Amino acid sequence: MTAHSKYRELFEAAVHGAAAKDWLPKLKIAAIEQFEAVGFPTTRDEDWHFTSVTPIAERTFRPVKLSATTLTSNDIARFTYGQDDWHLLVFVNGRYEPALSNFAELDAEAQVMTFSEALKEAPELLAERLGTLAPAKQAFTALNTAFMADGVVIRVPKDIALETPIHILYVTDAHANNASLHPRTLVIAEHGAQATLIETFASIGSGTYLTNHVAEVVVGDNARVDHYKVQREDGNAFHVGTTQATQGRDSIYHAFSFATGAQLSRTNVYSRLLGSNAEVRLNGLYALEEAQHADHQTFVEHIAPACSSREVYKGILDGTSHGVFNGKVYVDPQAQQTDGKQTNHTLLIGDGARVDTKPQLEIFADDVKCTHGATVGRLDDMAQFYMKSRGIGAERTRALLTYAFAAEVLELIELEPLKVALEGLLFERFIPPDSV
Amino acid sequence: MLKIENLTASAGGKQILKGISLAVNAGEVHAIMGPNGSGKSTLAQVIAGHPGYEVTGGTVTYEGQDLLEMDAEVRAQKGIFLAFQYPVEIPGVSNAYFLRAAYNEIRKARGEEEVDPMEFLDVMTEKLKIVEMTEDMLQRSVNAGFSGGEKKRNEILQMAVLSPKLAVLDETDSGLDIDALRIVAEGVNKLKRPDNATVVVTHYQRLLNYIVPDYVHVLAQGRIVRSGGKELALELEERGYDWLLEAAGATA
Ligand SMILES: Nc1ncnc2c1ncn2[C@@H]1O[C@H](COP(=O)(O)OP(=O)(O)O)[C@@H](O)[C@H]1O
Ligand SMILES: [Mg+2]
Repeated sequence: MTAHSKYRELFEAAVHGAAAKDWLPKLKIAAIEQFEAVGFPTTRDEDWHFTSVTPIAERTFRPVKLSATTLTSNDIARFTYGQDDWHLLVFVNGRYEPALSNFAELDAEAQVMTFSEALKEAPELLAERLGTLAPAKQAFTALNTAFMADGVVIRVPKDIALETPIHILYVTDAHANNASLHPRTLVIAEHGAQATLIETFASIGSGTYLTNHVAEVVVGDNARVDHYKVQREDGNAFHVGTTQATQGRDSIYHAFSFATGAQLSRTNVYSRLLGSNAEVRLNGLYALEEAQHADHQTFVEHIAPACSSREVYKGILDGTSHGVFNGKVYVDPQAQQTDGKQTNHTLLIGDGARVDTKPQLEIFADDVKCTHGATVGRLDDMAQFYMKSRGIGAERTRALLTYAFAAEVLELIELEPLKVALEGLLFERFIPPDSV
Repeated sequence: MLKIENLTASAGGKQILKGISLAVNAGEVHAIMGPNGSGKSTLAQVIAGHPGYEVTGGTVTYEGQDLLEMDAEVRAQKGIFLAFQYPVEIPGVSNAYFLRAAYNEIRKARGEEEVDPMEFLDVMTEKLKIVEMTEDMLQRSVNAGFSGGEKKRNEILQMAVLSPKLAVLDETDSGLDIDALRIVAEGVNKLKRPDNATVVVTHYQRLLNYIVPDYVHVLAQGRIVRSGGKELALELEERGYDWLLEAAGATA
């Protein structure tokens, strides 16, 4: 039996007879059919050239069983960046946990709902928007659409700026072993609205599970969304995530991807610039060790004129890890005065570590400024000697410079407490504790 | 304190130092002058232990020990300090962290207690005054985005914090306006003690108006072609280097 027909069976078992509104089963059935038609991607697929998903395809991940958790606020405290006043939505093994969550006192008229709530309270919003940005064309998006159980819907009305960040925390524990989770996020920032969203994927205890996440983000005219993703899955886990944004005129979308977890991960961050003068910033850091594999693909579609895109991705690769960065930029014939810049810098620490970096520019307008640059290197000899000449030992010097390489890209995080927390994580990871 | 005998060194297959001998005692200030490309920085880097230079002959003893056997960090821990001609930018490492790490390593090597960030701030407050810098520079990354003058002052700040026994200043004066030059020179003078020594590498006489040397050595094409007192610097200022090179018959 092929991998994808196994999922058809699982789908029949899970969705058949579900008492959902009409449009939803329809969407899901179309998605599983699409998944069956395309199957898992292979390395012959240009978009997956450097990443084999065979380890995912050869396993059968059953949709996770939703059951109440025994985890407490104390257990998850280490994933909340010490921020008690942020809005917090916690999902444990795919199930929303109201007792662990707290998003009371939202700014005026803004809506933050779980999927199940949204199905009751704003079904027309869901029916209208869901799957429009991220249509179930790619295999993993199709799989998510077919199996999505719960997730978060955020709507920020016209000219409302949400002061307080919204943190969605997805935690797994041993119950998720051998299961798949398909969380879904839908963000709608209307004209002039502003919101900051953090999505964290973390685990307690180990397990081989698959997180297959999809986020759709509508950034309206003049709106701004800051979207941080922190992927700290268990080292045995698999993580595939696709974020698809669309941007209106004069909007700003800033997405940051921090990835240190999972044995195999693929993060897609896509934005379509539909209104003129919009700005997109896609930044990220992946720090891998042992045999980890992390693949980032970005895709900026410059459809409207006079938009700018900025991308800075950095990787630190230890052991025999493998990093992949594929930055795609498309500039439509109408998108004159496009200003695009992309960089990818990788630091190789492990002797067996490897990176594949591939900028991919398709430019069909003539009045365009698009640059890209990639470096792959080891630690700077000059900097090493400089530090040693101040009495700092060789090992400590390497640790500090490695940390510094990573910390530089974290500077692009404008949410200070998150930046500080992630710096802390890297510091712990790279700087030997006895030497502080 | 430092004794260099017949030192030869090369880099990239090229012989740069061709037999240098020099003795520096505690309490002394030596100036090393010479035209561009004569090997001044090479000598300074070899003393500091830069692995890119290969010592092909001669000896260097520091406080009776074989200096050439020591790694760069060990030399620093034993009191050698090089103010770089081109200080290196280290984005992502704050000055505060960097300075404290270095300070603690050197204290550890001297058998002294390490200090925590609060105690260190007290140390810094005092040292910053010497180079007329403000506390906000501590939060900035090491030399990153610093102006030329700020970089040089930062070198002297590091020297002030680490209080070396032997300081080698490699063209710390170049590119400085007169105010910055004064600050740097006064910094060096304030740090002078009878038990430490300073080697000032400079291309111009100007700095020596502020830091008065006991000895002046002229380096040309990898050799010391003349040594003398501080009046030699003035003579060089007046007559340039050419007469010396001719007189010494120095050729490549
Ligand atoms: N790492 C190196 N590799 C090759 N040549 C070098 C290196 N460093 C210095 N040199 C050469 O050695 C000579 C002396 O350089 P340097 O010591 O920097 O002189 P100075 O500081 O007196 O201007 C120059 O010709 C320079 O090009
Ligand atoms: Mg020089």
